[in-house]
Amino acid sequence: MTYQTDKTNKKALTGGAAAAEALRQINPDVMPVYPITPQTPIIETFAKMVADGEADTEIIDVESEHSAMSAAVGAQAAGTRAMTASSSQGIMLMSEVLPIAAGMRLPILMLVSARALSAPINIHGDHQDVMFVRDSGWIQIFCENVQEVYDNTFIALRLAEKVRLPAMVIMDGFTTSHSVENLEILENSVVKKFIGEYNPKNYLLDFEDPKTFGPVALPNFYFEFKRAQIEATDGVIGEIGEIFGEYEKISGRNYDVLESYQLDDAEKAIVVAGSTAGTAKVAVDELREQREKVGLLKIKLFRPFPYEQITEALKNVKKIAVFDRTVSLGSIPPLYSEIKNSLFSILNSQFSIQSYIYGLGGREIFKDDIKKVFEDDQKGREIKYIGLK
Amino acid sequence: MNWQEIEEGAIIKHDIKKSPKTGNWRYMKPAVDKKTCIGCGTCFLFCPEAAIDFDSERKADIDYDICKGCGVCATVCPQKAIKMGKN
Repeated sequence: MTYQTDKTNKKALTGGAAAAEALRQINPDVMPVYPITPQTPIIETFAKMVADGEADTEIIDVESEHSAMSAAVGAQAAGTRAMTASSSQGIMLMSEVLPIAAGMRLPILMLVSARALSAPINIHGDHQDVMFVRDSGWIQIFCENVQEVYDNTFIALRLAEKVRLPAMVIMDGFTTSHSVENLEILENSVVKKFIGEYNPKNYLLDFEDPKTFGPVALPNFYFEFKRAQIEATDGVIGEIGEIFGEYEKISGRNYDVLESYQLDDAEKAIVVAGSTAGTAKVAVDELREQREKVGLLKIKLFRPFPYEQITEALKNVKKIAVFDRTVSLGSIPPLYSEIKNSLFSILNSQFSIQSYIYGLGGREIFKDDIKKVFEDDQKGREIKYIGLK
Repeated sequence: MNWQEIEEGAIIKHDIKKSPKTGNWRYMKPAVDKKTCIGCGTCFLFCPEAAIDFDSERKADIDYDICKGCGVCATVCPQKAIKMGKN
């Protein structure tokens, strides 16, 4: 549903419809889709736009989310811009294919309306689905409101294509996906210029320069492919700033990997991702009126996790409350865990602790490799690799 | 090759000179009877290794450097023009 007054670029849309509006302006080549609540409004609204001739995307009605992601991998590998959308159990069913998209360095864009996982069955919003796949190699960007859904769709696409990694734009199921809010829409031509043409570095239908996609890599090389992928993923944080800057020039909206709200002089802070950040801002405002020095840190980029920026943002806060809209069964919740990790480097700790990655893809590890680790300088969050070429 | 030099996304350029010569895996060897072959291309489509091409007279032509001897071509040939024999 659209309510638009003349001569303004403001519209009132649900998160799902705003995502579809952004998709219409992007006009992706291929979109394999499978419906699931609360994601369906995205693909339903977009399918109507395609049926009405407002976009010429090839929509493929597949038989499951596993097929949707598989078809997106095939289409993107062929050399097209492929996108899809999903939620909850749909993302679970895609989960086999998600690391393949990332490992093959395919910049597929997925819009996620985040929802609880079964059992018991529940169709409403939380972050269990996206947190379940947080290690799949996808960039994950959380949205607070409908405006951010619209904006982050373009930013995530630019970022994904720049670093050649897939990206999820995450809105909260129902709270954002089904709630109507005001947002500002960009001109079609402005969007077109911002996203540009898709020029794949490698593509399957390149007959002049044929290539093999998705080969086997045995213990002699698998580790090196993964190490290169780690480098590319970590590199996102260095690339995203320029894209935020360019987006600010066309939209007037200034974004970063996180948002600090009333945090400068805060003694206490809330850390949260997603739509609850909006509610928390109102809570912070009310506490500030009572002269409480409270602030908020909103996490936008969750994968890769911006550890250094978070350490910097929280370094003077005395009391931190981390909100997770998920569970990590048998462990502590993921955002809490990451925030603690971010702060470890500035805590006066009696421990020195170093991360080592070893043995990927069956790479051997030997007794002498193990003995040597205590000779290393242990420095902060930097990961070390045992047996890497 | 170290991790900084490795192909991005394990996407590897096609180079026939580097491809393994799977022909030495072969136990049974297909032979084409060029007089019976009608050049229909069925074996060309079915060969799982893309080891079959047409020769200058549009008859099936097997690349024995690549052919593993699976026998699919002999099974699908409508003319029974391909026979499997000992390698």
